[in-house]
Amino acid sequence: MEKKVIETDILIIGAGPVGIFTVFEAGLIKIKCHLIDALPMPGGQCAEIYPKKPIYDIPGYPEILAGDLIDNLLKQVDPFKPGFTLGERAENLNKLEDGRWEVTTSGGTIHRAPVIAIAGGLGCFEPRKPPLENLIDFEKSGVDYIIKDPEKYRGKKVVIAGGGDSALDWSILLSGVAERVALVHRREQFRGALDSVEKVHSLATQGKMDMFTNCQVSSINGNGHLQKVTLTNKEKSQIDLDADYFIPLFGLSPKLGPLANWGLSLDSNSINVDPLDYSTNVEGIYAIGDINNYPGKLKLILCGFHEATLMVQSAFKRIYPDKHLSFKYTTVNGVNPF
Amino acid sequence: MENTINLIVKDRKGELHKIQAPTDMNLNLMEVCKANELPVKGTCGGIASCASCHMYIHSQSIELPEPSEDEEDMLDSAYFVQENSRLGCQIYPSNEMDGLEFELAPEDESE
Repeated sequence: MEKKVIETDILIIGAGPVGIFTVFEAGLIKIKCHLIDALPMPGGQCAEIYPKKPIYDIPGYPEILAGDLIDNLLKQVDPFKPGFTLGERAENLNKLEDGRWEVTTSGGTIHRAPVIAIAGGLGCFEPRKPPLENLIDFEKSGVDYIIKDPEKYRGKKVVIAGGGDSALDWSILLSGVAERVALVHRREQFRGALDSVEKVHSLATQGKMDMFTNCQVSSINGNGHLQKVTLTNKEKSQIDLDADYFIPLFGLSPKLGPLANWGLSLDSNSINVDPLDYSTNVEGIYAIGDINNYPGKLKLILCGFHEATLMVQSAFKRIYPDKHLSFKYTTVNGVNPF
Repeated sequence: MENTINLIVKDRKGELHKIQAPTDMNLNLMEVCKANELPVKGTCGGIASCASCHMYIHSQSIELPEPSEDEEDMLDSAYFVQENSRLGCQIYPSNEMDGLEFELAPEDESE
């Protein structure tokens, strides 16, 4: 099967607030955009970490929830019909003979554009891995961080750790599939949805799954494949559980990931840019928002909006070297959809 | 010095760091650690939404404000949580905390 190729003007890596707003500023000067994000939904940190937290420093909004800000931004950019590749991580960067860049994602989707804008925030979100000594040894043989196909666990003994919605929901679902499900959580209270919490308690009472509260996973063991998960409770005594699979569900945290190998000038986990137009040391690649670094940098959404606005002006010159760009206010020109 | 307290921080290698923290600048323990170049992430910026500033408080004689429900919820996504676990971003140094000893909790395996 031929692989899908997406062509655009500016390929934006990271669909957080700054990446999304870039579509608007680019759209005003008739530049098309496509966004890639490792998360399955747009919004970045605003959607993944703090959708229900209020933000107070967005101009014109005395207070707005991070999730609502994303909804509004998506509405604002809708006239410019951005494309999205979601749930796939930008992996490989190649320079094409015609001077454009080609980015391939973890899902194998190919993107081509003369300009790349990295609006990657703190990096792409990946599952958090408990710091257990030999965890990595079992990553292909019993430890999973994401459940893709519940059937994999049919007839198996599964230990799930965590106290949020995903730990609760998967415990409920897998209790009907696996031979045995054990849910391990550090305290009595769960922070997930109330009806899921009730369901889990009721399944445990009926003996359809095991629940270990006030316990944490302290070690895992096996011989080639995972065999045992050991818990330690509050009284420091240990409980051994037979296990074919251990699924720690502790949420996601951002990592710079493959971008670190793209030949960009880095300063710890950020990308050095020229504050004139937020260009990086690699021609045609810009970095905006929390991921960039320059003297006086402040990691604020509103600064990212400013950076995006100046960046697209520079990108225009790169995409259309022979065209003259005249600056127009939206109050004069309005917003002309694609 | 007035409005400055001493803190003792054990990093993840077991090394002790004596640092000072202002009590009148509205800085929390996560921010104080970052200002002293200790390896604390503080991914969410200090709103108890990520657990990357998980710490163990060792001083038993110093009373700290009780953790909020939000902080308890967020500690659920930390590892090796103990009775003395707190999120650094939720603790604001006060003059009563002079001499506070705490330790940085383990991070993700992939850090």
